[in-house]
Amino acid sequence: MIKLENVTKKFPGMEKPAVNDLNLEVKKGDVCVLVGPSGCGKTTTMKMINRIHEPTSGTIYVDGEDALKMDPIKLRLDIGYVIQEIGLFPHMTIEENVATVPNEKNWPKDKTKKQVNEMLKLVGLDPEVYGNRYPSALSGGQRQRVGVARAMVSDPPIMLMDEPFGAVDPITRARLQNEFLRIQERIEKTIVFVTHDIDEAIKMGDSIAVMRNGNLIQHSTPDELLSSPKDEFVANLVGRNRSIKRLHLIRIREILEEVDRAKPAPEDMPLDDIKKRVSDSDIRSVIVVDNDNKLKGVIGVSDLKRKTGEVAADYMNEIEQSITSDATLNDALSVMLEAGEGYVAVVNEDDVYQGTITLGDLLNVVKEDS
Amino acid sequence: MIHIFRNYLLIPLLLLLAGFGIATYGVLFPTDTLVARVLTYENVMLALQQHMGLMFVSMFGAIIVGVLVGIMLSRPKLYYLGRGVENVVNVGQTVPSLAVLALFFTILGLGFRVAVFALFLYSILPILRNTFAGIIAVPDSIIESAKGMGMTPYRILTKIELPLAFPIIVAGIRTAVVINVGAATLATFIGGGGFGDLIVTGLSVGRTMVIVSGASLAAVTAIMLDYIVGKIEESIVKWA
Repeated sequence: MIKLENVTKKFPGMEKPAVNDLNLEVKKGDVCVLVGPSGCGKTTTMKMINRIHEPTSGTIYVDGEDALKMDPIKLRLDIGYVIQEIGLFPHMTIEENVATVPNEKNWPKDKTKKQVNEMLKLVGLDPEVYGNRYPSALSGGQRQRVGVARAMVSDPPIMLMDEPFGAVDPITRARLQNEFLRIQERIEKTIVFVTHDIDEAIKMGDSIAVMRNGNLIQHSTPDELLSSPKDEFVANLVGRNRSIKRLHLIRIREILEEVDRAKPAPEDMPLDDIKKRVSDSDIRSVIVVDNDNKLKGVIGVSDLKRKTGEVAADYMNEIEQSITSDATLNDALSVMLEAGEGYVAVVNEDDVYQGTITLGDLLNVVKEDS
Repeated sequence: MIHIFRNYLLIPLLLLLAGFGIATYGVLFPTDTLVARVLTYENVMLALQQHMGLMFVSMFGAIIVGVLVGIMLSRPKLYYLGRGVENVVNVGQTVPSLAVLALFFTILGLGFRVAVFALFLYSILPILRNTFAGIIAVPDSIIESAKGMGMTPYRILTKIELPLAFPIIVAGIRTAVVINVGAATLATFIGGGGFGDLIVTGLSVGRTMVIVSGASLAAVTAIMLDYIVGKIEESIVKWA
């Protein structure tokens, strides 16, 4: 889908080339993450694909065509583009911002409107609420979402993303990453994704291209990168705790079926049954759900002694944090560590209980892999 | 209704009333016959007409030329020239308006047209400078994302750069208007007419009342125009 052949970029007045004789191929539907320290040429490489920077030499093919011979305006209209600063237009409403590319393509008004609303919904922003606001009235995370919606609105086959989740706090970033992966699973765009964060690269990438001083050092799957780094530089970048990093690679739903856990207790379960459930459970506690199977709380052994009552709802404690099944095992680990518990309840987007993951499950995964 | 009155009409009405009051007071209660001869409704209206004429014609030209040249200088190819021009403009602004008028008097002679031309040149400066600065100040990230999404340079200028620079351009126009109305009082020295006629006549006959009438009418005009331009900006810029 995207192919770079012997691409070199030398900026005027610079002695060394920013990108040096680079060869890279990204397959259709894949997320290729360019990763490396700042100044390694990853952003320059990405920006040559839509010709924000023109290569000094070499060829770039986009969908089989020589991109350097195409009209740059036409090329860019079919490549979604998100940059780190997002670059929302402050004088336009969210709706107008997202409608940028359709307007450049002269789409009919009602088609644009429909597509813009759909996109805003896809990234989790209600068009009724946010459509007419200006970017200054949005939080950092919401702006990132708008940036992604704006890049995807005309359904371009290719997206270029330069640290699109860079400017938000870690919790919001993890959520945005998970949402994005869920969307990507459905739309299967070919994506070139730039980041300096190796954890993000491992989590997001189908393939990872490690760059240094303008050279491509290693281009492989995340698994390969972790198991056989090509040289010391890559090994250092990936870090020592590689087995922990593997937790980034696995989503909770992938192991959720394998773990066998006690069934959740309905709210109105009588005391005797709860006692049995709790003692049967390997985490000495049991999750409580309501009639719609939505997560309500948790009962531990100590709760049964401390509190009194007839049914499950009387003994239950609130659950502080749960996690969705498309989060990674690493996300699950950090939630457990934060909550100081050895388990975390897994729910879907509608808060319906899916299962429980324990610290032991994570240990098993790491053991199996190494 | 009350809301519109308070937000848009109250201050212009007060200013109109003040101007009307100053003129009427001078005409109805002259301190002596000399004042009565100078301060007539005809004279005041004539001065107002001339003053407005000087202002509108010179501002009209200055806005067109200032904005267009400002845009041209902000294009990447002319950027360094633009920086140079900006400095020249800043120095040019320090030349006293009286000197500008005197200079054009020596080259072009007397009359309304010469006064308009001098005012025009003098008013271009803040507009040009602000247009250039306003466009240059648009963050690179915004321009880059517009470019990356496939907008043409012309569309980027009209859809992104000019709307974002608009408040700064309007601030330049406001500055120019206030300077222009003030400097137009000097047009009287080269036969351009306006409220300056009243002030200079008042000086030569030694009547404070005439001087004060002319000066305060010019001031009221300046405040009024500044207010109007400001309100126009407010109603267009909704995003800030």
